[in-house]
Amino acid sequence: MSGEWEVVIGLEIHVQLSTISKIFSGSSATFGAEPNTQASALDLALPGVLPVVNEAIYPKAIAFGLGIGANIGARSCFDRKNYFYPDLPKGYQITQMDEPIVLGGEVEITLADGTAKTIRVTRAHLEEDAGKSLHEDFHGMTGIDLNRAGTPLLEIVSEPDMRSAEEAVSYAKTIHQLVTYLSVSDGDMSQGSLRCDANVSLRKKGADAYGTRTETKNVNSFRFLEAAIKYEVVRQTEVLESGGKITQETRLYDPDKDETRPMRSKETATDYRYFPEPDLLPVIIDDAFIAKVRDSMPELPAQKRARFHTEMGLTDEDSRVLSSELGLATYFEDCVNICSDPIMAANWVKGDLLGGLNRDNIEISDSPVTAQAMAAIIVRIQDGTISGKIAKNVFNAVWEGKTDSVDDYIQSEGLVQVSGSHELEPIVDRIIANNPKQAEQFRSGKTKVLGFFVGQVMKETAGKANPKQVNDLIISKLND
Amino acid sequence: MINRSLSQQLDDLSKGEYSSVELTQTYLDRIENHQSLNAYVSISKDVLEKARQADQLRAAGERKPLLGIPLAHKDIFCEAGVRTTAGSKMLDNFISPYDSTVVSLLRNAGALSLGKTNMDEFAMGSSNESSYFGAVKNPWQVDRVPGGSSGGSAAAVAARLCAAATGTDTGGSIRQPAAFCGITGIKPTYGRVSRWGMIAYASSLDQAGPLATTAEDCALLLSAMAGADEKDSTSSAVQVEDYSKFLSQDLKGKKIGLCVEYMEGLDPEMSRVIEEAIEVLSKLGAEFMDISLPTSPLAIPAYYIIAPAECSANLSRYDGVRFGYRCENPENLEDLYKRSRSESFGQEVKNRIMVGAFALSAGYYDAYYKKAQQIRRLIKNDFLEAFKSVDAILGPTTPGPAFKIGANADEPQAMYLQDIYTISANLAGLPAISLPAGFIEDLPAGIQLIGNYFDEATLLNLGHQFQAQTDWHKKAPELST
Repeated sequence: MSGEWEVVIGLEIHVQLSTISKIFSGSSATFGAEPNTQASALDLALPGVLPVVNEAIYPKAIAFGLGIGANIGARSCFDRKNYFYPDLPKGYQITQMDEPIVLGGEVEITLADGTAKTIRVTRAHLEEDAGKSLHEDFHGMTGIDLNRAGTPLLEIVSEPDMRSAEEAVSYAKTIHQLVTYLSVSDGDMSQGSLRCDANVSLRKKGADAYGTRTETKNVNSFRFLEAAIKYEVVRQTEVLESGGKITQETRLYDPDKDETRPMRSKETATDYRYFPEPDLLPVIIDDAFIAKVRDSMPELPAQKRARFHTEMGLTDEDSRVLSSELGLATYFEDCVNICSDPIMAANWVKGDLLGGLNRDNIEISDSPVTAQAMAAIIVRIQDGTISGKIAKNVFNAVWEGKTDSVDDYIQSEGLVQVSGSHELEPIVDRIIANNPKQAEQFRSGKTKVLGFFVGQVMKETAGKANPKQVNDLIISKLND
Repeated sequence: MINRSLSQQLDDLSKGEYSSVELTQTYLDRIENHQSLNAYVSISKDVLEKARQADQLRAAGERKPLLGIPLAHKDIFCEAGVRTTAGSKMLDNFISPYDSTVVSLLRNAGALSLGKTNMDEFAMGSSNESSYFGAVKNPWQVDRVPGGSSGGSAAAVAARLCAAATGTDTGGSIRQPAAFCGITGIKPTYGRVSRWGMIAYASSLDQAGPLATTAEDCALLLSAMAGADEKDSTSSAVQVEDYSKFLSQDLKGKKIGLCVEYMEGLDPEMSRVIEEAIEVLSKLGAEFMDISLPTSPLAIPAYYIIAPAECSANLSRYDGVRFGYRCENPENLEDLYKRSRSESFGQEVKNRIMVGAFALSAGYYDAYYKKAQQIRRLIKNDFLEAFKSVDAILGPTTPGPAFKIGANADEPQAMYLQDIYTISANLAGLPAISLPAGFIEDLPAGIQLIGNYFDEATLLNLGHQFQAQTDWHKKAPELST
């Protein structure tokens, strides 16, 4: 790619709100049911039906708005967006045009080099999802599944503030993190709970005006998002450098071929003929309601990360990792609340726990070692009951389901650390007596042989000896 | 028994003068004998059985407010298991799987459904000529229209083919046919009656109401139909009154406004009808004063932007995909849409969809739709101002009596002017009643009273007192068989 082009990216992210029922009908919004088993008279747009807003959408949308420091619209109104498509039963989508619930706001993303960048959010509005058209299995016909029709969505529109595919992915991940933290969405991308439309354009470096953009629709994984944008950047660069012009159009990303291709041209695009939805009256969102939502919000990921660093003394990297997901952060904090040692807790959670979860592909919520068990192990290291090495054995035993009580396991397996000079002294004395040559070497200044003595003691005690105590005891005996 | 009002029939049923089965059978026979009026689209198969059950319940001491009364429903109200067409070829094959709130409330009140009445296609029309099932004839003179869009309901009530009927009113569709057929009809305040299950024409204007021979009957029916409905977000939580309680109130001190804009240039015969009505109401103690609704001349143009705009979206669901008419052998999706819609919508429906889509399109929205909404606000403000000094506003329901079938067929705009006095109440969302008040050329003429928000009680009170002094509402057309 030539160095003279600047990449400009804006994202529209559709987040499915995690409500029990749909946005305007009482039908279940659960994913994965048999086609059309979750479609009521309303979802089918039968003659005479009327929408009624599911009030559960408001706290979620408002929490997101507060989470990005946006203004919350005082009036929430819906509009009709008119177009014909078989999976849009009414022939119009109920959405928010003029008065979106969330206006403005911004999120901070972390770039690869660790620096921060602010991405502005233009708006976020509530709308209903369409159904699904199924083109396979119907021999030249199209099947329509209306289970998804009417699922509540929050469409989050960014400013064109991103300058690379990596920034776009970082922004999308930050939004994903925020909506899952705030329980706005389950964020399950494999089920379409978060889908990205990427607007990509190029302009000469230093130019003010934006170039013509393309919109790549419905990208449902971070990996595909990165690949789709990168493909577009290369494609547009080639077009521009060969003297061509970019057509403003909607494109689709095909992960199998790793390419984007045109879906429909915006020039012939429909006039959506928006107008206020007369079946729904404006909803007034007062300050008291907003305050109630604010009070029920958890600490945001950025705040958590800062607190882990400044108050708990974690490294920047540990703070970032441990605040990355609400479940993980909660696990870590539960653990710290019991063991009161954030550094050791961070090392264990980041190391053995995350390692195990990744290895066995387990969610933190299903971790075989609970935060309580993790803390119990740490407490036993702290009070000298077990050594760090033994602690790993205990951790593995709990992981493998051999026990659900850390203390019972330590006792029953006889893993209590051998400490106190009255137990260790006779062992140390015997080993020094049995190895006079090595003792002589130590006394003549070859302190390296200390390791040999420690190893012998550990072997004798099956690793249960307190390593620091063993060290101190051997040195004092040899120097006698 | 057919010339007894609904309220009188309830008395008769409770006294055992006749049974609900006898009453129902009488209506069924009349419907059969007067099919040429084309008032009904379909007849309920099980209505006699329901009448039998009603008689049993009555014998067992059950006292529901409308027990055993055979009603007709405009074919715009969905009824579970019943074909519901909205007067369109598009829905010729549509059997609703669910009940509209209006139908279920009336059923719960004990009423029976004789059948579904003919109507202008999707309630778009003022003559009932746009129905896929053919024009309805005015029972007073069968070469005349009954008015529309609730023309089948009005004709059925006037011809005594039912005790009373339901209708809907978007720009005058209850009041204008009531006036043309010599009966009483009330359009309640917007939001007073649930729209759930009522096939939408223009959502912000549509409102259901009763058509009957008397104001007293309308009060009884409206009490059963009205109320908040969790299935309709635009339905109102304002407490529903027992409208029958206010009927006998004295009219002394009631202030009635005469809108100068409505009285100017009125047809002399219609003027005479209004003057006579003023005299009757004055004698009852009502006081009259002139008021002005300066924005009222803009009501028709504003309506013919807003209603088509809303209908253009409301009718998009009729696409041949899930229910309703589907064209033969569609070549592709676009062909399916185009032919399913163009082969099954009538001309007036197409006209309004086109006008509405245009008014909403990019570049025209501000000039048309937005402007029309601004006018709508001004009209509402005019009324709010007027209701500071009056309890109701009196005027004609229509410019003149029923016109001949076909007279306005080629002139949609002349047809649109039929609604000149009725449309403002829809734009403002106000309740309005039409009462039979005389005859012009042997055809019924109606007067309209517009009331303040949720003050249906005053309109019904005025109507009932007026009917206590007049007998226009008792006149029935002589039908040839």
